[in-house]
Amino acid sequence: MVDQPRGMTDLRADGAMGPGEAAAEGYGKVEGRTQKQIVWRRFKRHKLAIAGGLVLLLIYVAALATPVIAPYEYDESDFTAINQGPSADHPMGTDRLGRDELTRVLYGGRVSLVVGLGVGTFVTLIGGIVGLLSGYYGRRVDTALAGLMDFVLVLPFLPVLLVLGSIFQFSAFTITFVIALLLWPRMARIVRGQVLSIRNQDYVQAAKAIGVSDVRIAFRHVLPNVVGIMVVEATLVVAQAILIETAVSYLGLGIQPPTPSWGNMLEDSRTTMTTQWWLTWFPGLMIVLTALCVNFLGDGLRDALDPKAVE
Amino acid sequence: MAMLEVNDLKTHFKTQDGTVKAVDGVSFSLEPGETLGIVGESGSGKSVTALSLMQLNPKPPVEYPEGEILFEGQDLLKASESRMQKIRGNDIAMIFQDPMTSLNPVFTVGDQITEAIRIHQQVSKGEAKKRAVQVLKDVGIANPERRVDEYPHQYSGGMRQRAMIAMGLSCNPKVLIADEPTTALDVTIQAQILELMVDLQEKYGTAIVMITHDLGVVAQLADKVMVMYAGRAVEQGPTDDVFYDPMMPYTWSLLRSIPRLDTAGEVRLLPIKGTPPSLIFLPEGCNFNPRCPFVKDECHRIDPALEGKKPGHAAACILSPEELENKKHRVDEELGVEG
Repeated sequence: MVDQPRGMTDLRADGAMGPGEAAAEGYGKVEGRTQKQIVWRRFKRHKLAIAGGLVLLLIYVAALATPVIAPYEYDESDFTAINQGPSADHPMGTDRLGRDELTRVLYGGRVSLVVGLGVGTFVTLIGGIVGLLSGYYGRRVDTALAGLMDFVLVLPFLPVLLVLGSIFQFSAFTITFVIALLLWPRMARIVRGQVLSIRNQDYVQAAKAIGVSDVRIAFRHVLPNVVGIMVVEATLVVAQAILIETAVSYLGLGIQPPTPSWGNMLEDSRTTMTTQWWLTWFPGLMIVLTALCVNFLGDGLRDALDPKAVE
Repeated sequence: MAMLEVNDLKTHFKTQDGTVKAVDGVSFSLEPGETLGIVGESGSGKSVTALSLMQLNPKPPVEYPEGEILFEGQDLLKASESRMQKIRGNDIAMIFQDPMTSLNPVFTVGDQITEAIRIHQQVSKGEAKKRAVQVLKDVGIANPERRVDEYPHQYSGGMRQRAMIAMGLSCNPKVLIADEPTTALDVTIQAQILELMVDLQEKYGTAIVMITHDLGVVAQLADKVMVMYAGRAVEQGPTDDVFYDPMMPYTWSLLRSIPRLDTAGEVRLLPIKGTPPSLIFLPEGCNFNPRCPFVKDECHRIDPALEGKKPGHAAACILSPEELENKKHRVDEELGVEG
């Protein structure tokens, strides 16, 4: 290295390689993009996903700050203003007990978002680990775990939730847990399929050949290759969980009044839908908006993280 | 005792259709700094032999009914998985065929080399990275300080194979197994990689097991050669002896089936007819008899063992050297090969 002649062009910093590769391996001004940059570039092009992400962020910030920004208490009744339409004092109107609808929509959002994020996290954790173990170890582990997945998948969703809901009083946390327990198998299946193809890749064999242990290969070499698809699936799970919580609350077995959730607020307004439209429309719109934003975000992430997508 | 000694290795796979005898009784030995070439067609058991050395065949269905692999006196077939993890990469390293898929796309090249170092040696991250830069430099990567932080997709094919070699050599192993290391590269890069391996072997004193179907590579690199057919070694000896005076019709046919630059005039090639036999249902007698140009009646009954034909040179064929010489000569005249 010491006395070797410098390369002919200043593209090459030293002359330590074979002549044939000099041109191909020379360093010009063009820098390769890292995986993160590529993903970010593709994601940025997805306008709907960006918009969805921003709106979602706004909704989450509002939910976090609810106790501060909400104009009233969610169970505070003003009997002088019952069943009023939107006004300056009550931008989304009031319900039959004179409670401010905006405040209740904000508080209800907290429930939906906790459930959404919570289920997303749980499902990713459980589904990720089960899928990884099942796909990587195969054989008996796979048979056992795949059996478990199939078992959970064939459980009729709503009836199970309703039965459990009538046994336990659902709080935001218990319903999160139960929905997650019912939703993880799909994530596990997706991860498993992906892991099955990755564990036969040469680089897994190569990692074994340098003496990496099985557990470390599974978590450090295989898992990062699956993360992209997991993120996408997780966003879809979030939307699904929000809708499920709404459905269960609408059926009266989810979050119990007076704690508001978008679902039980809809239920509450069922009979007055034609006369007090604001009681149906505002929580309803929030449900649609949130679910839509999460799905847009998921779409954008899927396109951005898909390595086969063309620029 | 040799550093690496393989005695009568049998690697079988239990499948639903029967037992596949992928490797069926192979023996060889390797000294420090020596290069052994293993040649043969696809499916002849070359790669399985290599993976057996590393104990990387999927288990089950793999079985090792007989034989031993003695590495510095220790039988690797009996070693525990945790013991093997210590040996892999540290004492015996392996380079794979396709550099495009052998590096994990989500880690930088440096991460992957550092991992190999940190698994086997108690060194700090910074220290390991310095070593990684050093090995990258050793394998001829320009600008290693910067390249070490790049991802595999930022490397060209030749560079990736260099990076793989760097990874293999990062812990200074005693044996390096190269499984067709140049097959996926184009010819100019092939030559560079082979040259690099020779240089590094001189520098580090590593013993190399070179697995290839390219006879040219073996002729260039190997001290001794083992020709495999249908899971068995059919000819074994010093490279020059085997190439200049093949004692097994299969080896001879291989040599006659590739074009040579050093023969004057027009020479016809002699393709080997047919396909390699199924490893589940091997033919009666000699495995090669359905394709052998010199086949005799006895070949259908007698399954020849590997036996010494000349000092250090063994082949599995019932033909006597004189008989073989005559037959080779006759076919050579037809093909137009001189002398």
